[in-house]
Amino acid sequence: MPGRTDIRSILVIGSGPIIIGQACEFDYSGTQASKVLRSKGYRVILVNSNPATIMTDPEYADATYIEPITPEVVEEIIARERPDALLATLGGQTALNVATELAKRGVLERHSVEMIGAGLDAIEKAEDRGRFKATMEEAGLECPRAGYARSMSEALNISRDIGYPIMVRPSYILGGGGTGLAKDETEFIEIAKNGLAVSPVSEILVEESLAGWKEFELEVMRDRNDNAVIVCSIENLDPMGVHTGDSITVAPVQTLSDREYQEMRDDAIAVLRAIGVETGGSNVQFAVDPETGRRLVIEMNPRVSRSSALASKATGFPIAKIAALLAVGYTLDEVVNDITGATPASFEPALDYVVVKIPRFDFEKFPSASKELGTSMRSVGEAMAIGRTFPEALQKALRSLEIGHSGLNADATEEHLRAISDGELAAMLAIATPNRIFQAGEALRRNWAVDRVAELTHIDPWFVDQMAAIIDVRCEYVEQPDHDALVEAKRYGFSDAQLAFLTGEAEDDVRARRLSEGVKRTYKRVDTCAAEFEAVTPYMYGTFEDETEVEPADRPRVVVLGSGPNRIGQGIEFDYCCVHAALALRDAGYETVMVNCNPETVSTDYDTSDRLYFEPLTAEDVLDVIAAEQPEAVIVQLGGQTPLNLAGLLAAAGVTIAGTSPESIALAEDREKFGEICRQLGLRQPAAGTARSTAEALDVVDQVGLPAMVRPSFVLGGRKMRVVYSVEELGEYVREIYGDADPEVIGAPILIDRFLESAVEIDVDAVYDGNELLVGGVMEHVEEAGVHSGDSACVTPPPTLSEEARKEILRATRDLADALEVQGLINIQFAVKGDEVFVLEANPRGSRTVPFISKATGVPLAQVAARVMMGSSIEQLRREGLLKDDSRPTTFVAVKNAVLPWDRFPEEDSVLGPEMKATGEVMGIGEDVGTAYAKALLAGGKILPDRGRVFLSFADRDKAMGLAVAQAFVMLGFELIATPGTSRYLSHHAIEAEPVEKVGDGPNDIGTRLENGEVQLVINTPRGGKARTDGKTIRQAARGHQIPCVTTIPGALAVARSLRAGPGAINRPRSLQEWHRST
Amino acid sequence: MRDQPALLVTADGETFRGRSVGHGGMATGEAVFNTSMTGYQEILTDPSYAGQVVVMTAPHIGNYGVTGFDDQSSRPHLTGMVMRSMSRRASSWRSEGSLRDFLVEHEIVSVSEVDTRRLTRHIRDKGAMPVAVGVDVSESDLRDAATGAPGMVGADLASKVSTSSPYRIEAKGLSKGLVVAIDLGMKIDIGRRLAGMGYDVEVVPYREPTQQILERNPVGVFVSNGPGDPEPLSDTVASIRGVLGKVPLFGICLGQQVFGLAVGASTFKLPFGHHGGNHPVQRLNDGVVEITAQNHGFAVDLWSLTDDRRPERTGLVTRDLLPQSVETRFGPLVPTHQNLNDGTLEGMRLLDLPAFSVQYHPEAAPGPGDASYLFEEFDQMISEAR
Ligand SMILES: Nc1ncnc2c1ncn2[C@@H]1O[C@H](COP(=O)(O)OP(=O)(O)O)[C@@H](O)[C@H]1O
Ligand SMILES: Nc1ncnc2c1ncn2[C@@H]1O[C@H](COP(=O)(O)OP(=O)(O)O)[C@@H](O)[C@H]1O
Ligand SMILES: [Mg+2]
Ligand SMILES: [Mg+2]
Repeated sequence: MPGRTDIRSILVIGSGPIIIGQACEFDYSGTQASKVLRSKGYRVILVNSNPATIMTDPEYADATYIEPITPEVVEEIIARERPDALLATLGGQTALNVATELAKRGVLERHSVEMIGAGLDAIEKAEDRGRFKATMEEAGLECPRAGYARSMSEALNISRDIGYPIMVRPSYILGGGGTGLAKDETEFIEIAKNGLAVSPVSEILVEESLAGWKEFELEVMRDRNDNAVIVCSIENLDPMGVHTGDSITVAPVQTLSDREYQEMRDDAIAVLRAIGVETGGSNVQFAVDPETGRRLVIEMNPRVSRSSALASKATGFPIAKIAALLAVGYTLDEVVNDITGATPASFEPALDYVVVKIPRFDFEKFPSASKELGTSMRSVGEAMAIGRTFPEALQKALRSLEIGHSGLNADATEEHLRAISDGELAAMLAIATPNRIFQAGEALRRNWAVDRVAELTHIDPWFVDQMAAIIDVRCEYVEQPDHDALVEAKRYGFSDAQLAFLTGEAEDDVRARRLSEGVKRTYKRVDTCAAEFEAVTPYMYGTFEDETEVEPADRPRVVVLGSGPNRIGQGIEFDYCCVHAALALRDAGYETVMVNCNPETVSTDYDTSDRLYFEPLTAEDVLDVIAAEQPEAVIVQLGGQTPLNLAGLLAAAGVTIAGTSPESIALAEDREKFGEICRQLGLRQPAAGTARSTAEALDVVDQVGLPAMVRPSFVLGGRKMRVVYSVEELGEYVREIYGDADPEVIGAPILIDRFLESAVEIDVDAVYDGNELLVGGVMEHVEEAGVHSGDSACVTPPPTLSEEARKEILRATRDLADALEVQGLINIQFAVKGDEVFVLEANPRGSRTVPFISKATGVPLAQVAARVMMGSSIEQLRREGLLKDDSRPTTFVAVKNAVLPWDRFPEEDSVLGPEMKATGEVMGIGEDVGTAYAKALLAGGKILPDRGRVFLSFADRDKAMGLAVAQAFVMLGFELIATPGTSRYLSHHAIEAEPVEKVGDGPNDIGTRLENGEVQLVINTPRGGKARTDGKTIRQAARGHQIPCVTTIPGALAVARSLRAGPGAINRPRSLQEWHRST
Repeated sequence: MRDQPALLVTADGETFRGRSVGHGGMATGEAVFNTSMTGYQEILTDPSYAGQVVVMTAPHIGNYGVTGFDDQSSRPHLTGMVMRSMSRRASSWRSEGSLRDFLVEHEIVSVSEVDTRRLTRHIRDKGAMPVAVGVDVSESDLRDAATGAPGMVGADLASKVSTSSPYRIEAKGLSKGLVVAIDLGMKIDIGRRLAGMGYDVEVVPYREPTQQILERNPVGVFVSNGPGDPEPLSDTVASIRGVLGKVPLFGICLGQQVFGLAVGASTFKLPFGHHGGNHPVQRLNDGVVEITAQNHGFAVDLWSLTDDRRPERTGLVTRDLLPQSVETRFGPLVPTHQNLNDGTLEGMRLLDLPAFSVQYHPEAAPGPGDASYLFEEFDQMISEAR
C-alpha cells in the first residue's frame, strides 16, 4: 500500500493574503493538496487567513482555520488538533517561514509533529544564501561569486575578488531599494556606500553581476525512492536582472541545445539531492552566459512556487497534487497521470505547443514608483497563453493582459510608439519596463536589425527573430490582405482586432470575412505527452490548424467566463465565484466550460470544470469557444469587469447571457438612468452629475457642491478616482483624465458626486431570483466612505448600524434588485450619514466580498447565484438542500481587512483613498469586534504593540474625532507624542501629548525618534489635497522602520478596540466548522 | 516571401499540407513521431532513423543551429523530416550553421508548417506507416509512392548503415583493453562514451564473424543500436551466440533485439514505437525509475520463451506484464528494466553469463542521462570477468 499509514492527520498551512510575489497560485496548490489528501483518507487540518480562497471552503478540510498564520496561533492549532504531520511546502514563503519557526521553537517536537515534504535542514540550506552556496560548491555546482560586507573596506575587498560588473543588494530592504549595478570601482563605492546606509543592519551583498545573462528555471519533482523528474523547463525572455516574476517567460526552453539542457537538468536534480528535499516539487533557477554557456545556480525554492503553478498549467502535470501524494509516501510511479489515465506520473511532460506568460503590472496606481524592472518583483498578476508556436502564444498572451493591446502592436496603442524618435527608442530598449516588448516590436517594424534589438535588450536573438517574423507577416498582410495572408496572420497569432486595425476595417467585418473563408479556430489539447497517448481530459487551447479536438457533449453546456490576470481591484475573489459556479452547475447536471487565461487560479485546473479553454478573454476568442461548444448560456456575472465588459458584444452576437441581462448591467452602470431609478424608488443618492469637459465639470460642482468625488465611468477598483476639495483641483483632474491616453479610461465621461464626509459605508451582497431576495450579508466598513471598499476593513454583522438604517438598506436592496431585473447576484454600496441612507452604487454581479460573506455565514452565495442565473428559484434551491435554513443569527463577528503592497513601492505614500490599492485580504473571526479586528490586523502582518509610545498627527478636520483616539490610547496605558498642532489641540482638551518636531525641524525630530525605536505606533491622517509631503515623510519613515501606521480615525479607534481584546483572545483559534456549528 | 508548398501523403491516404524547408523532390519512408523537445540534430544524424520520415512534435526546430560535435554519424539517415516551424534564425554560442542549410546540404526533403499534432495522432491511432513527402510533386503521385513504399517489418536496414570495414576509436587515457563494437548503426556518442571509460573501441561491420571478433582478444563486446527489423540480422545473431559466455556483452536498442534473438526469444513490432526523451523505465531490482531516451520500433517478447501468454493489462503497468525469468539455451535470463508506459521489456540480463542489454539509450544524445550508469556496469562486468 503506497500511502503512509503511520500518519493519520495532516496540518496544511496556506499562504495568507494575496501579496505581490505570493498570489492565488497557493490557493491552487493548497486546494489540490487538501482534496487529494482527504481522498486518500487523511484528516486534513488547514490554516489560512485568506477568505477568498477555495481551500478555505469548509468542505475541503476536516478543520478549517481562518486564523492569522503566526507561530503562536499555529502552535495553538497544533495543540488543539494534534496533527501527526505538517505540510508546509504548498503555502509559499509564508508557510515555510512559520513551519521553520515552529520547528526551531521545538513546538513540532513537543507535539510529535513530523514535517513532511521538506525538513527543517533542507529548508534552511535552501533559504540561507550562505549555506546554499556552500552546499552547491560541495555538490560541484557553481554559484555567482559573492560575499556579505558590513563596511566599505570589506566591500572593496570582496569586489576585488569578484571583478566588475558587480551587483549590490542591501540586506533586509523591502522593495529592493538601494540595489545597484556597478561597472567600475567609482560607481561601486557610491552604490555600496548608499547600500550600507540604507540597510537597517548595515549589510550589503556584493555579487558578481549576471545582468544580461539568460535566465532559466526548472521545475523538479522528487519522491522518497529518489526518483526525480523535470516537469517543465522555463526560459525567461527578459534577461537576468529582471525578477522572473516580472519577466516574460516561455515554456519549454527554446534556445538551449540538448547537451546544455541535459546538463542543466542533471544539475537541477543534483541541487535537490544536495539540499535534501525529500519529496515534492522544487524550483531551481539558473543563469547562463550567452557567450560561453557558463551556467550558474541562482537559487532554489524547496517548495511549490509561482513557477510550479505556471508549470502545472503549461504542461497539465498537477504538481501540487502530486507533491502532496509524494509527501505522504507515494512514489511517482504509483501515481496515475490523470490526463492519460493510463500512464504514471514518473515521466517528463512533452509539449507540442509553446506557452508564454506575461506579468501584469499596476504601476498606474503607484505613480511615484519607477517603472524600471529589477530584482524585486512588482507585478500583481499574470496572463498565460498557449499557442502552437511562440509568435502565436506571445500575441495571445499580450491580448490576454487586458491593458489595451490586441497583440504585438498593430492596434490603437501604436500611435504612441510611432511618435517616439529612433534615439529615444534605442534608449528605451536598453531599460526593462513593462512596455519594452511593444517598443521592441516597434523597432522591428522600423526595420531595425534583429541583432541590434537583441543587443539593446539582451533578449535572445531567437526570440527577437520570432518577433520579427510576426512583423513580417504583418507587412505581408498589409501589402495584400488575401486569403493566404489572412491564414498566415492568424497562424502567427494576430487577432481580428489587429487585422482590422491594419486595413482600417471594422473588427466585425474581419471576423465575418474570416469565417466565410473558412478560417476557423481549431482547438488542441494539452495532454502532457505531445499526443503520444490519448488524453481523457478536455484541456484545450485555440490555434489555427487542420484538425480540432473538441468532442461533442451529451449534456447541456454552460460557459463560465473567468476574470483574466489578477490586478488590483480584480483578484482571486472573482475566481472563487467562477469556481463555485462551475461546481454548482456540474452538480446540477450541466457540462461546464471554463474560459480563462490566469495560470495561478483554481479555475484553470483541468478538473474544476468539465472542459477548460485556456484562452484570452476577448470577444473574438470567447465567441470562437462559444461557436465550438454551443452552450445553453454564458455566465458573465462572476468574473468581475472582464467578462462583464464582453456581455454586450456577446449578446449582440446572439449569445444567451445567463441571469441578469446585459441591458440591466448597462443600466446600473449608467449614472443618469440609474439615478432615475433611484428617484423613482425614493432612494437617496449623493447629488451628482456627469461632465466631458472642464466647463461642464465646473457647472456640475456648482450644483452638487464641494468636496466632490470625481471619477471616469466604467472602471473597477476606483481607478483614477479622487476627492477634490477645490475648483482648482477639479480643473487639474479633468485635464489629467482627458490628456491621458489610458485606453481603459479614455472616451468615458467623468462622474462627479457630492462627497459624503464622515459617512459610514455599508456593502450588501444578495441574490435575487425575480421574486425572492436572499441577503448574503450586510457589511459595515471600518474606514469611512471615501476609502475604497476594497481597501477598507469591514465587519459583519454591522456593529453600529441602526435598525432603521438596516431596514432601509434591505428595502433598497430588494427594490433595486427588482427594478434592475436582477437574476443572480447584486452588490450595493451605501453610505449612511446619521439616519440618512445614500446609495453609492449598485453592481448586478458578483463582488469582491462574496467569498468573505460565504465564509462568514456558510451560505454558498456564488453557487446559489449560478443556479439562479440558470433559472432555478431560491425556494427550489432550499428544497434541494443547497441552501440551508438561512434565518440563523450569527454568534460571532467576522472582519475582513485589506492588505496593501506598500513594501514594494517604497516611493509611494501609504494613504487610503477612493482608488483601490490593496492586493489581498484577510479575515478575522471572533466573539466580538475587537478580537475579530485584532485577528484580521495580525493576519495582515500588523504586529501591534501592547504598550509604549504612540505618535499622533491629525489633519485639522480630524482633530475633533482624534480626541477619542487619544483618550483611548491613554486608557490603554500608552504614552502620547504628537506634532505641535495636534499636541496643542489635545492639551486644550486636557490630554497630555509631548510635542515633537516635524521631520527636518530639529535634531530630535519625529524621523530621528522613529529611527531610534522610540515610537511603537504611528497614527497620522492625511491633510487631503496636495499638501501631503510632511505626512508622507512620516508615514514612509514609519514603514521603513516597520512601525505600524494607521491613517484614518475610524481605523485608529478600531485598533484601540482590538488592543483591548488582548493577546489571549487573539491567539485562541477556532475552526470555521466550529464557528458554523455554534450558530 | 513564403516558402514553396509541400505535401505529405500517408499510405492510408491522408494529406498534410506544409511548406518546403529547401530541398525539393520526393522522399518516402515510415513515418514515426519523436517527442523530444531538444536534440533535433542528434535525431537527424542517428542511423537508427534510416528509412524513416521523422515527425518532430516539438513545434520549433532549428532554434540553436547545428554543430559538428552533436552529430551522431557523418550524415543524416532519415529520409524526411516534418515539423511545425523551422526557425529562421539559429541562436547559440555553440552554433556553426543553420539547420535549414544543413538539411539542404544533405538533400533531406523536409516540410515545415505542418499540423504535426494531427499527423502524430494519426500515427498513434493507425500505427506507424509509410508516407511520401514532396515538393512540387502531385498529391496522387505522392499517394502512389506512399502506398508502394515498403514497411519496416522485415526491413534489413542495419546492413546499409553499418560500417563496411573495421575502424578504431582510441581510448581516452590509458587503455583498459579492447571492446569490439558490432555496428548496426552506432551513434557517435556511444563510441565516445566507451572510449571515455578507457577502452579502445574496434568498430566492426554487422556481419563480423565470431571468429574474427574473438581473434582481436576483446575484453568486451558491444552491440549497437540501429534501424529496422532485427529478424533479418541472422549473421549478427550468430556472431553473438558465438561470443556469449566468452566475453562480456552489452547491447543497446537494436543490440538488445539481436541479443534477444540470440538467446532464442522472438521480437515484434510496436504499434508506433518509442521515440522520445521522456519514457519512464523502471529498474526492476530496486524500483527506481529512470527517464530515458528511446528510439525503436521493435521489441523483444520474453513470453515467447515461456508456455504462458502475456497477461492483459489493467490500470498502471505492473511487473507481471513480464515473466519473472525465462530459461534460455544460455541459462536463465531475467528482465531488468520495464517500460512504465506500456509494460514492454526495456532491459534483460543472463544470470549465468556476463551479458546484458537495454532497449533504450544510456548514452542519451539526445535525452536525459539517468541511465548512463549502465556503461559503468559494463565496465564493472569487464573487470570482473578478467
Ligand atoms: N548576480 C545577479 N546578477 C544579476 N541579476 C541577478 C543576480 N542574482 C539574481 N538576479 C536577478 O534577481 C532576481 C531575483 O533573485 P532571486 O535570487 O531569484 O531572488 P527571489 O527569492 O526574489 O526569487 C532573479 O530572478 C534574477 O533575474
Ligand atoms: N459620494 C460619495 N461620498 C463618499 N464616498 C464615496 C462616494 N462615492 C464613492 N465613495 C467611496 O469611493 C469608493 C469607490 O466608489 P465605488 O462607486 O464603489 O467605485 P468602484 O466601482 O470602484 O467600487 C466607495 O467604496 C466609497 O468609499
Ligand atoms: Mg527567484
Ligand atoms: Mg465599489
